[in-house]
Amino acid sequence: MLSERRIDLSPVVHDEVKYTTCYMCACRCGIRVHLKDGLVRYIEGNRNHPTNKGVLCGKGSSGIMQHYSPARLRKPLRRVGERGEAKFEEIEWEEALALATDWLGGIRATDPKKLAFFTGRDQSQSLTGWWANQFGTPNFAAHGGFCSVNMAAGGLYTIGGSFWEFGEPDWDRAKYFLLFGVAEDHDSNPIKTGLGKLKARGAKVVSVNPIRTGYSAVADEWVGIRPGTDGLFVMALIHELLHADRIDDAYLVRYTNAPWLVIRAPGDPDHGLFARGADGAPLCYDHATGTLVDAREANIMPALVGTHTLPDGRKAVTSFQLLAERYMAPEYSPDAVAERCGVAAADIRRIAMELAHVAFEEAIELDIPWTDWAGRRHETTIGRPVAMHAMRGISAHTNGFHTCRAIHLLQVLLGAVECPGGFRFKPPFPKPIPPGPKPAGKTVTPGKPLGGMPLGFTTGPEDLLVEADGTPIRIDKAYSWEAPLSSHGLMHMVITNAWKGDPYPIDTLFMYMANMSWNSTMNTKGVMEMLTDRDPATGEYRIPRIIYSDAYFSEMVAYADLILPDTTYLERWDCISLLDRPICEADGPADAIRQPVVEPDRDVRAFQTVLLDLGARLGLPGMTNEDGSPKFPGGYPDYIVNHERTPGIGPLAGWRGAAGETFGRGAVNPDQLRRYVENECFWAHHLEPGQKFYKFANRDYLEFAVHMGFIASSDPIVLQLYSEPMQKFRLAAEGHGSVQPPDHLRARVKEAFDPLPVWYVPFEEAKVDTDAFPLHALTQRPMIMYHSWGSQNAWLRQILGSNKLYVAAVTGRRMGIADGDWVRVTSHNGTIKVQVKLMEGLNPDTVWTWNAIGKRAGAWNLAPDAGEARKGFLLNHLISELLPPESCGRRLSNSDPVTGQAAWFDLRVRIEKCEPGEEAVSEPQFPVIERPVGLEPAPEVNRYGSAFRRPR
Amino acid sequence: MHPAYSVIVFTTASGAGYGLLALLGLFAAAGALPADTGLGIVALGLALGLIAGGLLSSLGHLGRPERAWRAMSQWRSSWLAREGVLALLTFAPAGLFAIGWVFLNDTGGVFAGLGVASAVLAGITVWCTSMIYASLKPIRQWHNVFVTPAYLVLGLMTGALLLVLLSRLFGVWQPAFGWLAVASVLAGWAVKAAYWHHIDTARPRSDLGTATGLGRLGPVSLLEMPHTEENFLMKEMGYRVARTHAAKLRRIAHLALFALPLLLSLLALITPPLLSGIAALLAVASAGAGVLTERWLFFAEARHTCMLYYGRAA
Amino acid sequence: MTSLPAERGAKRLGLVIDLDTCVGCHACATNCKEWNTGGHSAPLTDVNAYQAEQRGVWFNRVHTFEAGQGADGRTVHFPKNCLHCEFPDCVTVCPTGASYKRAEDGIVLVDHDKCIGCKLCSWACAYGAREFDEDEGVMKKCTLCIDKIYNTRLPEADRVPACVATCPSRARHFGDLGDPHSAVSKLVAERGGFDLLPELGYQPTTKYLPPRPAARPLDNVGQRPRPANEDPAPAGFLRWMDRMLSR
Ligand SMILES: Nc1nc2c(c(=O)[nH]1)N[C@H]1C(S)=C(S)[C@@H](COP(=O)(O)OP(=O)(O)OC[C@H]3O[C@@H](n4cnc5c(=O)[nH]c(N)nc54)[C@H](O)[C@@H]3O)O[C@H]1N2
Ligand SMILES: Nc1nc2c(c(=O)[nH]1)N[C@H]1C(S)=C(S)[C@@H](COP(=O)(O)OP(=O)(O)OC[C@H]3O[C@@H](n4cnc5c(=O)[nH]c(N)nc54)[C@H](O)[C@@H]3O)O[C@H]1N2
Ligand code: SF4
Ligand code: SF4
Ligand code: SF4
Ligand code: SF4
Ligand code: SF4
Ligand SMILES: [Mo]
Repeated sequence: MLSERRIDLSPVVHDEVKYTTCYMCACRCGIRVHLKDGLVRYIEGNRNHPTNKGVLCGKGSSGIMQHYSPARLRKPLRRVGERGEAKFEEIEWEEALALATDWLGGIRATDPKKLAFFTGRDQSQSLTGWWANQFGTPNFAAHGGFCSVNMAAGGLYTIGGSFWEFGEPDWDRAKYFLLFGVAEDHDSNPIKTGLGKLKARGAKVVSVNPIRTGYSAVADEWVGIRPGTDGLFVMALIHELLHADRIDDAYLVRYTNAPWLVIRAPGDPDHGLFARGADGAPLCYDHATGTLVDAREANIMPALVGTHTLPDGRKAVTSFQLLAERYMAPEYSPDAVAERCGVAAADIRRIAMELAHVAFEEAIELDIPWTDWAGRRHETTIGRPVAMHAMRGISAHTNGFHTCRAIHLLQVLLGAVECPGGFRFKPPFPKPIPPGPKPAGKTVTPGKPLGGMPLGFTTGPEDLLVEADGTPIRIDKAYSWEAPLSSHGLMHMVITNAWKGDPYPIDTLFMYMANMSWNSTMNTKGVMEMLTDRDPATGEYRIPRIIYSDAYFSEMVAYADLILPDTTYLERWDCISLLDRPICEADGPADAIRQPVVEPDRDVRAFQTVLLDLGARLGLPGMTNEDGSPKFPGGYPDYIVNHERTPGIGPLAGWRGAAGETFGRGAVNPDQLRRYVENECFWAHHLEPGQKFYKFANRDYLEFAVHMGFIASSDPIVLQLYSEPMQKFRLAAEGHGSVQPPDHLRARVKEAFDPLPVWYVPFEEAKVDTDAFPLHALTQRPMIMYHSWGSQNAWLRQILGSNKLYVAAVTGRRMGIADGDWVRVTSHNGTIKVQVKLMEGLNPDTVWTWNAIGKRAGAWNLAPDAGEARKGFLLNHLISELLPPESCGRRLSNSDPVTGQAAWFDLRVRIEKCEPGEEAVSEPQFPVIERPVGLEPAPEVNRYGSAFRRPR
Repeated sequence: MHPAYSVIVFTTASGAGYGLLALLGLFAAAGALPADTGLGIVALGLALGLIAGGLLSSLGHLGRPERAWRAMSQWRSSWLAREGVLALLTFAPAGLFAIGWVFLNDTGGVFAGLGVASAVLAGITVWCTSMIYASLKPIRQWHNVFVTPAYLVLGLMTGALLLVLLSRLFGVWQPAFGWLAVASVLAGWAVKAAYWHHIDTARPRSDLGTATGLGRLGPVSLLEMPHTEENFLMKEMGYRVARTHAAKLRRIAHLALFALPLLLSLLALITPPLLSGIAALLAVASAGAGVLTERWLFFAEARHTCMLYYGRAA
Repeated sequence: MTSLPAERGAKRLGLVIDLDTCVGCHACATNCKEWNTGGHSAPLTDVNAYQAEQRGVWFNRVHTFEAGQGADGRTVHFPKNCLHCEFPDCVTVCPTGASYKRAEDGIVLVDHDKCIGCKLCSWACAYGAREFDEDEGVMKKCTLCIDKIYNTRLPEADRVPACVATCPSRARHFGDLGDPHSAVSKLVAERGGFDLLPELGYQPTTKYLPPRPAARPLDNVGQRPRPANEDPAPAGFLRWMDRMLSR
């Protein structure tokens, strides 16, 4: 009965297994790296890791090919040719660092603003932000302004946390899951795992997305909405719930500002602000006593609706009443919105009732006692098992901030935030609302650190970073009247503004891990021109110096003057810190590290170490000792262990205290990294059952959060459906206060700063002729590619080696376009030529493609005739960083008017079939970039693994 | 299926070779051919040469030709192994038969027996070859009752045409040879016509619905291939010949493989030796081109079920 | 022995793939590649790895189909690897004995040292599950991770195929389909698991679970009561006026 052949069923798999953290994307899964004969034999998920619990996605499983990529940079490079030509000479690190120090030192001594330091997909923003602060420039941001600042800000200003990385659906208990506009998200594996759990339990999954792929494919119901209209859809759901009186009024009264009184005194400078007592406390009407009382008091009976007279004789009304008045109006009825959304009114009504049914009739009650902020013990924990999640499909529109808020409103009305089965915060969230601290940079002093961190949160016009005349202080115009709540900056505007010298020219653009001459930019061709454009007067490049750190030969490398080559993720220390975007779960805080598991075989250095070295050479205070010697001679690992942001709080929360006896807050532990390595490179703390839910009002949790330094006080966090900061900006637009928007922005600020969620037509749609540009054009992240990184990966590029434009089958048929046809796609910003694939599951008014698959010929050490360059394409050529001109000729940035979020998905296009016989090559094509000095040609046959072959 | 030249050459050459070998064996045994050294060298040389050449060519299809000897081992289950075994086995009687004929000028007695044995083994070998294809369930253009007869008849037919030519060349022609050629061409034509009719009209057993089990949801279509570029399977099984091109090639096959050889064979029957020889030569040339075309089509028109998963018809 | 084993055990190892849950992430495909390129079949060669027309050996490939139309339509991700058939023609056609089916667990394997690269097995497999290594000239295929599932050097919990261990949405299950009481067999029974191309008679061991019907409205959900004259605000919200709710 046994096969007569003998094969080795138990071969030796490894000499050693090392734990670290994946970085094939930003999801931060724990991995086990099997090493054999000094080579990486196999990478698998770490079963004990909080993020991925043993699984690994398609990218993570291809780490070997990324690590051994033939596109890896090998040595510091200095430009010798023209920008964009990729002609470099190899230089030594000492020379590279001396050069950078020389450039930057001069700037710091004269005008630190002339350094714009922007980073991309990195995970060390607490270090890079701090570095910018120490350098003294306000011109710092990371990729958040691209990604989802609408999502972040919309949530932070409403519920003190957000979807994205700040919270998660309760995958284990939700019975109904509503997903908006997500293809992949940063929680790549957790979402997949979560969906698997929901499906296994038979929960209903509804995906609202113009495109039916990926997560929408497994949804029980797909709502193929028209892009940019989710706000209407959600408000119609709210309309239904309010009319049917299917809302959690007890929750509203207890945890939200619904009963808070709003001043009704049109024209007054405080119209629309909360009525407050002498002590500044918001007021509500207490049914029990019939008086106006501090709305935050416990054991009162606040009225949800009603108009009341304030001591000063003016009227005030509850914010809930304003909310109900707005959304119960007929303009938000399903019938009124159905056509614009492309969703049948009956479906909207049904979904609303399903939500209510599950939230209320299928409510869950856990046997978990907990104590609220007022010290009242609750014997059980009630859950509304309706969970939601949303990402860039919502946020990457110019009406995204409000749509995000609308979704939170919907969740809150159902009582489904922070309860079992609902949406749950991951510590350190929730944070107080509005969030803090404020952005620094009002004053910039040569040779001195900035007053605080460059990025922060504005709460009113007085927090804006504008000169007295309204001129933006930051190069990206963040925190100006164009984007008052731009808490993540506007990375997509940096190059354009710097090139224009608007608001001022800069000297050095310093970038890290951002492919800004290609896929992470809008108007790619235009940006390439700006990067190479010279001032005819001086003959100098308009952006005189560009320093860039990349690990691979990306398109951006060709445009830098000085290249600081980084290590791969398997070669360095990293820190996934609570000060940054950690790996926490709803059930407890967690953080992690990356440790080198293999030695670099090239002359490369970890960028963070280089940054600290540069800081020390520049004499930045935090990085230098009194005697001028470097404070972190051991580089990044030294910093991870020894840096303290505030006393007792450093990059890592685990094993603090001299002997590692404590966590969260505690003295530096010199042995900390060893403890992490021993614990498989992560630290996780599990909250007590009674701390896990209703964190915003949970005494035990709030006290814990204070101890950990997450929040400053254990006061309850009251969810802000009606947003007072918004109203403050609006009042300024209406002419109140000393800081007011310039006239050309007045009307826009007034409209966009509605204290309750509104919907308006996305800006590009409103500005272009929709007959000339009848279609929406979107991108989606493919699950097996991380932006531009994946195409150098011999495995991943086989799965997705070029992209097509997907067109709805009905639309294609109507236009006489068939599978494989080539078409021209035109927007107000340009034209591209691409190949078509028809599909059924697509909103008929929408076309789309996979993001960042198109590559510039020659980049990434791919053969210039590779499909990525010849057939692949970017939609980015069509997307403009600027809106079509206003009547006065001025062009505003193509961003959300509240947060400055890049509006990638507002794009409108038309498509036209190419002439028969046209060459089957995508357009535009650019000159091939030559392989830079030092890189070997890529091999044709990849036999990786043959070294592990044993006799079989 | 990808029409690999090594395999096309193999099946056509060995088919003709076995056909010729069989006829030589039978006719010689029956005393219808003289045991003449020259004739023996040329005729048997041609037959065995075609067979050996075909077999050698088939090695070109192997990823590891140096291991070809292993292909014999699984005769209990594998038609390919059986074919290999029989091909080799056939060489034994055929070789001895050739010795008798060429060196001993004897095709009677034992050698007649060997001739008949060669013929029988040749037939079985061709049958095995055909069964390699006919046994493959995933390819309906092969997995049908017409494939084996077609292989057998076409082998016989190409052998017969060669026999007519050789017999004219050596002046040992007999009307029976000519009539056999005519009959085999007619039979071949009938079988192939039936084959083509069958593959054009028979409903495929499988479609994307049964391949994925998703047929219950409605029509199924491919949205994304697993990989962007063509993989091994698509290169090997995904070969597609345009309908119009295939139709043209079928017309060429009808003409070159059947119509012309039929006409020329009839001509060869009634014309004087020289003209008849020329006609026989032309018949061989035409049938040679025809059988290569036919065999190319046999592959090119065959569709593999696994291509359903790549959005192609079966 | 290319003939199927005459005497076989009851054990039939295979996978169960849930088409209702697969999100199409290709993790099973790349993790398989990663494990196997250094494993029993090492390497899983890639040709034109960084050039045009890139291709390579993959034991597992994820297709995507659209099925049905309109509201009933679905997009279905469809991973496919060797199904370890009960009647694998790929084995019986093999002239060398390189291909074989193991008697003890039904796993179908290739002995790459014997394979002559005739590709006949790939013609005989209806599912397209055979993978030719152009560089080495031999046939390779899914081994069901034979060097992992039985590997006594690995902890017990890790002895599952790479594709199963890694699948983030848990759409893949591994087990003994010969045992009607195994978890996988029960799953197949509960969810109506089916065979691919049943009409061809290969009797695959690996089963697929169908997608659940689309647009499934919840049961027992009432309609919102719709008064003939819908209250326009503000009268409509007066119902909240007298709610006595304690904070
Ligand atoms: N059309 C369209 N465009 C978009 C988007 C969209 O949805 N549609 N999305 C936008 C969004 S949200 C984002 S975040 C951006 C992302 O765009 P980018 O920030 O440009 O992201 P990537 O392309 O991932 O990579 C940036 C660079 O990081 C380098 N890199 C990779 N690993 C390392 C490393 O270890 N060290 C160093 N130093 N460098 C490394 C890569 O080689 C690459 O050059 O794209 C934006 N662009
Ligand atoms: N595999 C992989 N994972 C990644 C990344 C990657 O490149 N690859 N990038 C990471 C980064 S930087 C980011 S920012 C996140 C982004 O993660 P996602 O938010 O998932 O980003 P996108 O792929 O841009 O997905 C946007 C989705 O919104 C849909 N959509 C577009 N417009 C609308 C609309 O108006 N309404 C609705 N309802 N839907 C709409 C699109 O169809 C698409 O499915 O992913 C991160 N994770
Ligand atoms: S989701 Fe995938 S790529 Fe991202 S960290 Fe996790 S395993 Fe790595
Ligand atoms: S799926 Fe194909 S390769 Fe696998 S056992 Fe069945 S027939 Fe053989
Ligand atoms: S390719 Fe190898 S395994 Fe396949 S049938 Fe031929 S010899 Fe057997
Ligand atoms: S069982 Fe193993 S070899 Fe087969 S597809 Fe899964 S990972 Fe690959
Ligand atoms: S890993 Fe799982 S979810 Fe991803 S493609 Fe494979 S089966 Fe589907
Ligand atoms: Mo992003």
